[in-house]
Amino acid sequence: MSAPMELLRELAGLFVDDGALALALIAVIAVAVAAAAIMPGTLAAGIVLLGGSIGVLLANVTMAARR
Amino acid sequence: MIWTTAATAVSAAFLSSLVEAVEALTIVLAVASVRGWRPAGLGAAAGLALLALIVLVLGPLLDRIPLYLLQIVIGVLLLLFGMRWLRKAILRAAGVIPLHDEMLAFAHETEELHEQARRHERRLDWLAGTAAFKAVVLEGLEVVFIVIAVGAGRGLMLPASLGALAACLLTCGAGLAIHRPLARVPENTLKFAVGVMLSAFGVFWLGEGLGVPWPGGDLAILLFVAIFLIVALTAVAAARRSAAQVTR
Repeated sequence: MSAPMELLRELAGLFVDDGALALALIAVIAVAVAAAAIMPGTLAAGIVLLGGSIGVLLANVTMAARR
Repeated sequence: MIWTTAATAVSAAFLSSLVEAVEALTIVLAVASVRGWRPAGLGAAAGLALLALIVLVLGPLLDRIPLYLLQIVIGVLLLLFGMRWLRKAILRAAGVIPLHDEMLAFAHETEELHEQARRHERRLDWLAGTAAFKAVVLEGLEVVFIVIAVGAGRGLMLPASLGALAACLLTCGAGLAIHRPLARVPENTLKFAVGVMLSAFGVFWLGEGLGVPWPGGDLAILLFVAIFLIVALTAVAAARRSAAQVTR
């Protein structure tokens, strides 16, 4: 692998280690963005963000432990 | 700006920089032990120079980005980055994956350099210097990202930078004094704490960028830190139970 590609791969690795966790978090963020657009100026998007990220973390860790 | 936000930002920058500096130092020390301080020092210095250039070029651009956009982008990256650290720290604390061992990392890097020496004796100083350069750049980029992420949204760049600088100087001083990897640093505990703080900052910034009226304003960060901490400790216990059931 060329050095720039390796560097890019390692840079991406700073944010994405487990693909399933990253994808689930992006899905949570997408729902939060939709909630903010539908109900602007309310706590809805915040609740989705906090609750969603906690749910994703718990599910991911439990599944990883069972593997 | 209230002191709770500033203290959280400086702590996050200090602790995460401590972890990254320890990891970079391990590789630089491995290079120095195999090929001497010249390639290790040159590689590390070149890495620091590149990092300084990145900060000097990109730093002023941050002021030109609309605040809400900066908060959204940084919030997304912080959430991905913080949750990645937190997940790994939880699994390590639960014994599902092995703890990061600086002595093992040092031995691995040293062995790899010896192997390269057998294959490319002439180019070894160059390869060794590149290893030190890469370690400093990659770990340093994480430090730069964290400083920007926790400091940019609320004008805390200076305190966050000072926190990071203090951690780097402390690690380098200790490493150069004992000439060995800092194996006694409780790296997983630090990663656990930083993962909690960065995840809390990620949710907060992203919410701010999306226009969420957080109750208590900046104080909500402390509430999020407490919530993520409780969830992470619960997750460690849950992961331990799940792993025990599988092994039975």
